[in-house]
Amino acid sequence: MREFDLAVIGGGPAGMAAAISAREAGIENIVIFERDTRLGGILNQCIHNGFGLHTFKEELTGPEYAERYAVRVEELGIPYELGTMVLDISKDKTVTIISPSRGVETVKAKAIVLAMGCRERPRGALGIPGFRPQGVYTAGTAQKLVNCEGVIPGKEVVILGSGDIGLIMARRMTLEGAKVRAVVELMPYSSGLKRNIVQCLDDYGIPLMLSHTVVDIKGKEKLEGVYVAAVDEKNNPVPGTEEYFPCDTLLLSCGLIPENELSRSAGVALSPLTNGPYVDESLETDIEGVFACGNVLHVHDLVDFVSEEAVRAGRNAAEYIKGKPANPGEPVEVIPCNGVRYTVPSRLYTQSVTEGVHIRFRVTGVYKGASIVVKCGDDELFRRKGRIFVPSEMLDVVIKPEKLTGVTGRITVEIEEGAK
Amino acid sequence: MYDVLIIGAGASGCAIARELSRYELSVCVVDRESDVCEGTSKANSAIVHAGFDCVPGTLKAKLNVRGSEMMPELSKQLDFAFLNNGALVLCFDEAQIGGLEELAERGRKNGVKGVKVISGDEARAMEPALTDEVAAALYAPTSGIVCPFELTIALAENAFENGAEFRLGCNVTDIRKTDSGFTVLTDKGELEAKAVVNAAGVYADKLHAMVSTQPLKITPRRGEYMLLDKDAGGLVEHTIFQQPTKMGKGILVSPTVHGNLLLGPTAEDIDDKENTATTRGGLSEVRAKAGLSVKGIPFGKAITGFTGLRAVGDTHDFIIGECPDAKGFVDVAGIESPGLTSAPAIGEYVRDIVVGILSPAEKSSFKSERKGITHMAALSVEEKNEMIKKDPAYGTIVCRCEGITEGEIREAIYRPLGATTLDGVKRRTRAGMGRCQAGFCSPKTMALIAEKLGIGIGEVKKNGVYGSEVSVDA
Repeated sequence: MREFDLAVIGGGPAGMAAAISAREAGIENIVIFERDTRLGGILNQCIHNGFGLHTFKEELTGPEYAERYAVRVEELGIPYELGTMVLDISKDKTVTIISPSRGVETVKAKAIVLAMGCRERPRGALGIPGFRPQGVYTAGTAQKLVNCEGVIPGKEVVILGSGDIGLIMARRMTLEGAKVRAVVELMPYSSGLKRNIVQCLDDYGIPLMLSHTVVDIKGKEKLEGVYVAAVDEKNNPVPGTEEYFPCDTLLLSCGLIPENELSRSAGVALSPLTNGPYVDESLETDIEGVFACGNVLHVHDLVDFVSEEAVRAGRNAAEYIKGKPANPGEPVEVIPCNGVRYTVPSRLYTQSVTEGVHIRFRVTGVYKGASIVVKCGDDELFRRKGRIFVPSEMLDVVIKPEKLTGVTGRITVEIEEGAK
Repeated sequence: MYDVLIIGAGASGCAIARELSRYELSVCVVDRESDVCEGTSKANSAIVHAGFDCVPGTLKAKLNVRGSEMMPELSKQLDFAFLNNGALVLCFDEAQIGGLEELAERGRKNGVKGVKVISGDEARAMEPALTDEVAAALYAPTSGIVCPFELTIALAENAFENGAEFRLGCNVTDIRKTDSGFTVLTDKGELEAKAVVNAAGVYADKLHAMVSTQPLKITPRRGEYMLLDKDAGGLVEHTIFQQPTKMGKGILVSPTVHGNLLLGPTAEDIDDKENTATTRGGLSEVRAKAGLSVKGIPFGKAITGFTGLRAVGDTHDFIIGECPDAKGFVDVAGIESPGLTSAPAIGEYVRDIVVGILSPAEKSSFKSERKGITHMAALSVEEKNEMIKKDPAYGTIVCRCEGITEGEIREAIYRPLGATTLDGVKRRTRAGMGRCQAGFCSPKTMALIAEKLGIGIGEVKKNGVYGSEVSVDA
């Protein structure tokens, strides 16, 4: 049986950055398992620019951003196995893989980094009634068809959901000659980044219909059109507000789900808030030596933050492999409170903290002039006022290690409201 | 001139084709869709009913019980998924327990083995997720579940292997009686046959009216369903029914043979034979009523919803037989529930009718067995590695949710009567049927289909001939 110090599951931005940082921390015996035919993951189909502003201080396309890391993987001589799907991970860190070249094989690893990314929420999960014709795609599937296969799904498009991929695809379809009639969003705010609304919708005159949803799909074999209606505060369609949009394509950009089937089979505890593993400040899951980073842990807004997180996961996995002693003491629970949907990590081993601790989270609504406050009981550990906090942006606060000295029990992360 | 032309490539039509392929007969199956199993057969509860709720003495009762008896052996012969998981019919009201006793008695009269009435607590001991409101239940140990696509495709493939011809994408527009039989007009030209079998589902009345003046009316009864992720499939082990009403067997909660959880159907008589749309009201009714039977159904795990149309005849029984005013024209109409269960028995029953008309000789070369598509996930590690060694395509996972390999998809596309559409691949292999609903695997599957058909990826269709291409020109 082949044995590795570190097995990285997934060769996208998270997996590559984790493998690189583990190698740079001195781990030689690493493998990256990647199911696709090249490294880079979903970045390979993201041919638009805007990646890397934080990491490289320049604007790159997705494939260019991936290339930077793939080149580094090559330079460092980190082995990676393409066309390789991980079928199973067990608690003792044996990994079962399948590939055309090696068949089904079981390998052993001292540590594992989970970096499998996420998938899109399909139509069935949204419960949109109507026919099931050809012409309904998730935005990412359409992106793959257009950008990688050179296939344009249709000429007249409605997009449900204002996630970033949907916004990007509104622009892409427009540039490819299609007419994008509207982007329809259930919530009263967009789930995509402001810059994407400006650059992908506003610049092309594509309307964003907030607090609306698709209530019926017409066309038995081939999509003919959709009915869009306004929704009330409880997100129920308001009768009488239906408007018919003829279209041959409906794209869905209604949320991403961390892809944790393997984590689950390994017995990793998952958070119902993020759909990703519970981790501590070192990004270690509740199984010793199994770390998680990137979109499999929680859905990020920018790939730059994925890379940054993955660097930490890789480095901490290296420390673990090198025999770092077990975490001392009881963990401090991190509790999301008012206005905070979740936090990553969900627990901190405060006694082993030697550097600033990142706490990442998203807010539950739009907050203007509010403050992020991290507290332990009545003690304030962190406070930052912001002009505006929106659910589409992942927030990141760093708690200084000296603030955590002696902290036990639980700490809370909340939004202290200014005007809502 | 064919000896027999079967109109409709659903479960009944394909079962009849298979039975007739045992004889020295030229048999042709026509269907307007581009694949078999595109109508009622693809959208139903996927249950092999025990046979306790059919009125004794009816054709439904007879063919249900016979079909249910045939299914275990047939599933081995033809290599399709079948599981005998047993069923419970729930009663929520002490005062209605008599109704369960009546069902049990009917079951005994129909020859169904092992049916008995049990208490609510006994039922909850068998199925801990049943609600506290369950007062009693009928237990039917012979009830089962089946994959309706695999069943229909297996029957079709076996019929094909034994010489039956299939003309798909061929829509019948009219039928004329002639001296030697029938001329069947289609959008692809005229076909001649000595005998015609009308297995056209919700359209059986239209076809019947082309040759007969005897009244026959088929009402489409719409049934909406929700399918839940495999994570939820273990919630119940048995098929959970509610006490039947005039409109059918009520909303069921059942595992599928592939481990998903199926909820439905609603029952609503409609006029439109094409209306397979789901509705907001229908889906919420499914949720509400399923919740009466079983606690803690994770509706958030829904991966798809769909609607089927049951072909309901006006006699409350299957209408199977030669038309008195059109000799040689055999109706197989009103095949509503338990139609799927009965399909193999309908095959035998109609075979006997046709054999009576044409008196053919039996073939010595009939092959009763059919090998299904390789299912990698079901193989041992050694078997998997042997497959991959022979053909590395079996080592490339295309559908990550269901773990389906390129090799399996190629088999589905290249085998006789193979898939030509995305839906065809899905029903044969399950690629695209998992929790991401084909989000990741579609482009790859489209490329494999395009390669076989010699067309561009953008020309690959999702479904039937009436659909246009997946895309417009790139």
